[in-house]
Amino acid sequence: MAIVGQGVELRLGDVLATALPEAALWIGEAKMLIVSDLHLEKGSAFALRGQMLPPYDTHAALVKLDALMRRLEPDIVVSLGDSFHDRGGPARMDGRDRALLTDMIGRCDWVWVEGNHDGRASETLGGAARETLHAGALVLRHLPREGAAPGEIAGHLHPCARVAGRGSSVRRRCFATDGARLVMPAFGAFTGGLNICDDVFAPLFPEGALALVLGTQRVLPVSHERLLAD
Amino acid sequence: MDAGDPMLPPLFADWFASRGWTPRAHQLELVQRGLAGRSTLLIAPTGAGKTLAGFLPSLIELAPLADQGPRRPHRLHTLYISPLKALTTDVARNLEAPVREMKLDLRLEARTGDTPPHRRQRQRAYPPDILLTTPEQVCLLIASEHARVFFADLKAVVIDEIHALAPTKRGDLLALALARLARWAPQHRRVGLSATVADEADLARWLVGSTPPPSEGRGPGGGETLSEAKLAVMRTRQTSRIAPPPSPSPRGEGVIVRAPPGAQPIVDVLDSDARIPWAGHTARHVIPDVYEAIKRVKLALVFVNTRAQSELVFQELWRVNDDALPIALHHGSLDVQQRRKVEAAMARGDLRAVVCTSTLDLGIDWGDVDLVIQVGAPKGCARLVQRIGRANHRLDEPSRALLAPSNRFEVLECRAAQDAVAEGALDGAAPRVGALDCLAQHIMGCACGEPFDADELYAEVISAAPYADLPRAQFDRAVDLVATGGYALRSYDRYRRIVQDPHTGRWRARNASVAQQHRMNVGAIIEADMLNVRLAHRAAARATAAKADAPRPLVPGRRLGQIEEWFIEGLTPGDTFIFAGQILRFVGLREDDVLTVPAPGAQEPSIPSYAGGKFPLSTFLAERVRQMLHDPKRQKTLPPQVREWIKFQKKRSVVPAPEQMLIETFPRGPKNYLVCYPFEGRLAHQTLGMLITRRLERIGKHPLGFLASEYAMAVWGLEPMGDVDFARLFDEDMMGDDLEAWLAESALMKRTFRNCAVIAGMIERRAPGEAKKTGRQVTFSADLIYDVLKQYEPDHLLVQAAFADAGEGYLDLKRLGALLKRVKDRIVHKDLPHVSPFGAPVMLELGRVPIQGQAEDAILEDAAALIAEAMS
Repeated sequence: MAIVGQGVELRLGDVLATALPEAALWIGEAKMLIVSDLHLEKGSAFALRGQMLPPYDTHAALVKLDALMRRLEPDIVVSLGDSFHDRGGPARMDGRDRALLTDMIGRCDWVWVEGNHDGRASETLGGAARETLHAGALVLRHLPREGAAPGEIAGHLHPCARVAGRGSSVRRRCFATDGARLVMPAFGAFTGGLNICDDVFAPLFPEGALALVLGTQRVLPVSHERLLAD
Repeated sequence: MDAGDPMLPPLFADWFASRGWTPRAHQLELVQRGLAGRSTLLIAPTGAGKTLAGFLPSLIELAPLADQGPRRPHRLHTLYISPLKALTTDVARNLEAPVREMKLDLRLEARTGDTPPHRRQRQRAYPPDILLTTPEQVCLLIASEHARVFFADLKAVVIDEIHALAPTKRGDLLALALARLARWAPQHRRVGLSATVADEADLARWLVGSTPPPSEGRGPGGGETLSEAKLAVMRTRQTSRIAPPPSPSPRGEGVIVRAPPGAQPIVDVLDSDARIPWAGHTARHVIPDVYEAIKRVKLALVFVNTRAQSELVFQELWRVNDDALPIALHHGSLDVQQRRKVEAAMARGDLRAVVCTSTLDLGIDWGDVDLVIQVGAPKGCARLVQRIGRANHRLDEPSRALLAPSNRFEVLECRAAQDAVAEGALDGAAPRVGALDCLAQHIMGCACGEPFDADELYAEVISAAPYADLPRAQFDRAVDLVATGGYALRSYDRYRRIVQDPHTGRWRARNASVAQQHRMNVGAIIEADMLNVRLAHRAAARATAAKADAPRPLVPGRRLGQIEEWFIEGLTPGDTFIFAGQILRFVGLREDDVLTVPAPGAQEPSIPSYAGGKFPLSTFLAERVRQMLHDPKRQKTLPPQVREWIKFQKKRSVVPAPEQMLIETFPRGPKNYLVCYPFEGRLAHQTLGMLITRRLERIGKHPLGFLASEYAMAVWGLEPMGDVDFARLFDEDMMGDDLEAWLAESALMKRTFRNCAVIAGMIERRAPGEAKKTGRQVTFSADLIYDVLKQYEPDHLLVQAAFADAGEGYLDLKRLGALLKRVKDRIVHKDLPHVSPFGAPVMLELGRVPIQGQAEDAILEDAAALIAEAMS
């Protein structure tokens, strides 16, 4: 593992991957950009039920991803599940955001790895749909599996890390990894998180997980001894 | 006027006589005014029979109805509102005595958050004659169907402790609710019961509202419009003093009645022989004197400013308690059962002293207190007077108070407060500008009650004093906020929470479910997330796993009380802190439980305090302290140690004139310091520190940190700072772009925003019983929501509301602005070889408090550093 620029480089299976502070994973040798849990249209999902969250979450997430794509020029972009907050999401998306997303999908090989919230985004928006994506030694799926072989990259859990010090504490999104497998942070603008110390993570990382915490400017590796429960 | 006054019906005159009481002049005054349907603000000290005065006219009006037997229809006649649940139930109990003794056939009932649903339902179907309740319940009633019918016969609203409610967000909501009641029950009068305040006219304006709502036309006051003329002077008689002729702000003046102020309190400042510390708030040196004072009286209340301090003083008192006097502790974090026990013991006369925080400032009197001791500076004069009022409730005897300063600056502050009390001078804040989040909540509440017309509602809203200056455009934005979230991007137009009837143009809640959602989220009290503090013990042997030698796990045991989540979040296992009278070691967190074990032998907790003082030094007292520092005559009366300290300051540096601000720069160790002494309170200094460090950074001084105390602000770095252009550095323009830039990245704004978003109904507050974990996730996503909103719509109404809150409460912007204006061209700079006598206390604080202004990332970087090192 090494700190490279703003990111942290690590080996998963045999593949070199870079965790980026934007909550994305970059596989340089395949020119593949992976993001997870976009939860697009979460704001409008709440608005439907009477809680008027700002209607800018979809746009914020897409603009961030678009900027990453322009910088890295990936051949493949993988959205690792829970791309929309609910099944009605794609239909609620406004024209501007739909146009932006369609344009992004058109610029690369776009893969929707489908999660439990997804409503067949590929059918209306283009791109390919997969349940699992194999890329060399890597296995990309939405739900992490207990006892998965090295090289699994998954999402779904929205890992967060809490670190205390200087009489205060910080809670941020993070990648969770033990060097063999990795759980992606959520990419969506309104997606909260589950503490990496939660019991859910224990069977996935029997030896404890290293948190690659998303700082404002760069990714900061924090060992599990320094992590606190909520 | 005597008891035979025709104003008092024989039944009531007899009742007073049977009690051996004579009605007081202000009580009769209130009867006369009440029966004439006039609103009144009664200013009276504790023990003046305020509450009875408020209710007498209602009881007199209701008495004849009582003769009509049990089948008469019950209608709501009087609504009593107090800020405290406990006070509401207590007043209900006290009121039952005269009702019973005069055999009045009345129903009086309390309604608080604790009232079971079936009783609340019955209260709505069969309103009692007198309903005693809280502001939140009034908001709920307004948001319920048929509210207009419920309130239609209302004759009187009595608001207790109105001085405590009016300057808060709860007060904003209540003022709006009262405006609504004025529409539904234009005949009702209002009675405000208040302690002595600095600006009575403001409070009176708050009570009666400024202009009557136009459509159904008549304001509270009883069949008459509350015109300027009507509100003009109402003369009184005898001992009860009434307002002087209308001053420049006549509106409201004519409704004020003042009870005689009672005997002048006797306030002493403790002149301890012990060495007065330079800094700190432990007040250890005064403990023996405080203990002696307790020994001499029957029951003393020992007020302190923070919960942490109450813990410390309590512990120190017991350390010297050789006579084993029953001394108890009372503060907001203690278990409710524990607090009730202490209150009951006070009432029985079983205690000699109670160490307490502002939890005992307001409300019920729990016993015959004959001495109030204030440990640490009083911070404000009005609060001090209120606290002093807790002693001795017989009006003709003076209350006694003892002020015990905990450091040298506080000696000055206590003396200033003592003088102010003697002069009867009070500090007061400017009247509040009503909060926009509260307005949004009220609008939603109205839509849930009965459909409203926007023009009518606007007229009604601006009749409430806090919203008198609300522009129509802001009101319309608030309506839009309620309807669709109020975003520039109109994508939520199809998900409206309130909809407009196409024919009448009236707004109503879209459906029953959004109305229900609103009712679950009523009120302006946002409780900090609290965790239970529990003593942990080892699990029983058989319950644990096979390994016999493995230590058994700790499990949660007895609950000691509750503590703010943010405090615990800053702890790491092994840290010690002081709570419920003992030093505890933090072991870990389990769900909502903080597991702790006693830390015997620990003399000092490793984490010194779990709450800063809530209230900063008031502008009023600060000014008096600045004056005192420069007045040689006043200094003669100070303790010798303090006199000498000031003398040395004169010799080594300078003592600034009251209108000046002193800045000192000096080296110390490897660092260079800049200390300024604005005397404007901790909050304003904190904001100043944030802004000054930004500016120093820009001119290449690379400041490393800063510290704000009540009196001073210090910045340090490696570069010498004596050559800075101070006029430029402290220029008023820092309130512009610098402030804006700093706020954009401040965690404080996120917290403030979350509260506004909850009050305005954008984010739901946690449902009762819901797990804490969810609460944390809500907090987290509120931050995310703020980030997105700030980026895409920085002028959104709720961002404005959050900014207003931060400026008002946490940042003290108004005061900082006034400070910068005041010291313009009046900065005195001394470049010194070493720290001055005034600077020393500030330096001493350095090791004790967390340093502000550290970026959150720095915490992460600390944690990441080791790994980074290992990997490079």
